[in-house]
Amino acid sequence: MATLLAKRLVQSCLILLGVAAITFVLLYALPADPARMLAGRSATAQTVENIRRELGLDQPLLSQFLHYLGNLVQGDLGRSYAQKTEVATLIAARLPATLTLMAAGIFVEVLLGLTFGIVAALNRGGAIDRIVMASAFVGVSAPQFVVALLLLYVFAATLGWFPMSGYGTAAHVVLPAMTLGILGAGWYARMARSAMIDVLNQDFIRTARAKGLSGRRVVLRHALPNAILPIVAMIGIDIGQFMGGVVVVEAVYGWPGIGQLAWQAIQQVDIPIIMGVTLTSAFAIIVGNLVADLIAPMIDPRIRSH
Amino acid sequence: MFNRWILTTTTAAVLALSPLLAHAETPAQGGEIVVTYKDDITTLDPHIGYDWVNWSMIKSLFSRLMDYEPGTANLVPSLAESFEVAPDGLTYTFKLRKGVKFTNGREIVAGDVKYSIERAVNPKTQGPGAGFFGAIKGFDDLTGGKSELLSGIETPDDQTVVFHLSRPDATFLHVMAINFASVVPKEAVEAAAGDFGKKPVGSGSLVLKDWTIGQKLVFERNPDYFVKDVPHVDKVTVEVGQEPLVALLRLQKGEVDIAGDGIPPAKFLEIKNSPEGAAMIVDGEQLHTGYITLNTKVKPFDDVKVRQAVNMAINKERITRILNGRATAANQILPPLMPGYDKAFTGYAYDVEKAKALLAEAGHPDGFETVLYSTNTDPQPRIAQAIQQDLAAIGIKAEVRALAQGNVIAAGGTEGEAPMIWSGGMGWIADFPDPSNFYGPILGCSGAVSGGWNWPWYCNETIDKRAGEADAMSDPAKAAERQAAWGKIFTDVMADAPWVPVINERRVVAKSLRMGGPDNIYIDPTRVINYDAIFVKP
Repeated sequence: MATLLAKRLVQSCLILLGVAAITFVLLYALPADPARMLAGRSATAQTVENIRRELGLDQPLLSQFLHYLGNLVQGDLGRSYAQKTEVATLIAARLPATLTLMAAGIFVEVLLGLTFGIVAALNRGGAIDRIVMASAFVGVSAPQFVVALLLLYVFAATLGWFPMSGYGTAAHVVLPAMTLGILGAGWYARMARSAMIDVLNQDFIRTARAKGLSGRRVVLRHALPNAILPIVAMIGIDIGQFMGGVVVVEAVYGWPGIGQLAWQAIQQVDIPIIMGVTLTSAFAIIVGNLVADLIAPMIDPRIRSH
Repeated sequence: MFNRWILTTTTAAVLALSPLLAHAETPAQGGEIVVTYKDDITTLDPHIGYDWVNWSMIKSLFSRLMDYEPGTANLVPSLAESFEVAPDGLTYTFKLRKGVKFTNGREIVAGDVKYSIERAVNPKTQGPGAGFFGAIKGFDDLTGGKSELLSGIETPDDQTVVFHLSRPDATFLHVMAINFASVVPKEAVEAAAGDFGKKPVGSGSLVLKDWTIGQKLVFERNPDYFVKDVPHVDKVTVEVGQEPLVALLRLQKGEVDIAGDGIPPAKFLEIKNSPEGAAMIVDGEQLHTGYITLNTKVKPFDDVKVRQAVNMAINKERITRILNGRATAANQILPPLMPGYDKAFTGYAYDVEKAKALLAEAGHPDGFETVLYSTNTDPQPRIAQAIQQDLAAIGIKAEVRALAQGNVIAAGGTEGEAPMIWSGGMGWIADFPDPSNFYGPILGCSGAVSGGWNWPWYCNETIDKRAGEADAMSDPAKAAERQAAWGKIFTDVMADAPWVPVINERRVVAKSLRMGGPDNIYIDPTRVINYDAIFVKP
């Protein structure tokens, strides 16, 4: 275990370095000039030049990057160009909202996905299976914006069951989490269905049935644990994705997550924030996968021998 | 010997309130309101903030030597009690009001004004507004890093500030009224250690009480504000990250009082035609012109006949329809609200046949191929397509390149890069209501440089000289003459046709039925939302 962790740690650092380098080069290769964006229309050429110098943008790209890395190692993500505030402060302020939505969203999508996936697998080829799979397809392909607005209009604006916008109470998280859940559940349902079908065809399931176990016990105690591995891996990926922000859902529900920060920063060419959010997201993907890898052997002892 | 224009505190206050009184709707005191925006507030540092959302908030958090009467473009002394302009226009002397305090309790003295303007100009502040103060002596030393101070600002005593200019600048009083001239306390700036934009301290009508990043800002009434009974509201909560469509739904339910981003195009007609629509929509003129730039350094737009032909080819009425009528067709550079706008000027009328004839005369009977740049957020690409169709009607095949704003700005500021740019989403909105603000950076020779905003790369030296002369007429007695001179400059520029002036777009704000006051304090020409003047009906 210790060797695995150490190996993963080194890998993770290299991945983060790679992400930092690629993002940095891509951002600075853009024709848009942050100094000019900041200076606005009325600024004289000299003002633009002064801003560029103060931000260090007149330095060669490599030295800018090394400077950034030097600060990064010390935990300093720099200051936002437009807001002038520490990027770490801006990200930290939005972290609780992002984590809450991530946890709630994943909970809903896994719950819905597993339930429907298992039901479909048990009714393979039947009408229920077809309905579930068709719904999953619709869920996967529905635009976030439409689903979010629809739920908001029905359950908040018309029925008034939930607040329309904002963050802070449990009631606020329901609709955004449902939106993410409905949209994501399709993937989980398909994954759970095919994994379950594989497992249900195995000999040990037949044995379990043959020795007279109840259908429920066969599915939940014997089949599900064997089918859940790909689901865990998928959760690991989702953690990273949600940590990078879910721009549309956040925007519709006024959810103060990282996505809104990133979106605004991209429009303003606020490179330190874009770098910060990208690295946070990359970091979360790495941690999510690491956790998934650590959990996998607990679920399936066969992995431990590898 | 001196031109004197001294206004006592009382007359200034009366003047400031007069547009409201004229509406016979007496503002009620009290009330708490909720305002929404989609984007987070970037900064409330008055020397840095430069977008139309933070602009109104900074206006009310801070005070400046000069200000405008609410809802109008009329300059009045504000933090200054009076001022004098020397006959040569090179010295401005301001007397400060006595007893005005920052919200940290300290009285404002002349040294604070000097410190604040120096901070706005100092390159270390990274402020976009430094250039506005270019006429003050010592400006080059400060921006060039040779000095930390502006030698042109003197403070003979705590109540007096004297500005020495290196050249006459007729816009100087306007410059003293823009946000970049806001007065800040040095001790608060230093205590904030680089975060003054999140911890602002001023002497305006509002005080920032709380800021939850990414969620909301809470402003409260400054009980010590030096104008009596201003502001009218007790508390303003600004909620950010609010999608305009949702903000509108919340407004209809009474959860929101002002939807700052206005009404999304898709919803506009529905709201407008609803029974309460008329009372909810504030549709106000602003100092804005949307235009197409024709790059005078790119063939065939180097030929004035081609530029004139394009001017005749654009169906501007159709473009106003794309915007649901929230704009009017423009025929000149200045917007109608701007002093110097020429009502009699007709410009180039829409005439496809004449345009074709002119194009043939210029040697392009079969048209030519070119590129039209535009930003990529709705409705700009649709407007660019309309322009593309209009051009096709006279044989010009234009490829539309819809890009992110930063990339369009970069293309415009690169010599020989962008033949045509539709300015939508980046159109010029004046910083202050003076016609000169529509010239220098966007049409003057000084703006036709790499990274500049003179996207037609237009440089007419005769006109540049006349502009310089008009700007030197700083004697208030010559204001009318100066305005006429500027008006003529802009109509003469149209003979060279570096732009196609297309529309004057109005701003739309949605407000709840309980909000009172005339439209022009919700879309104030110098402030957008005027938090000092708006009120809740009793």
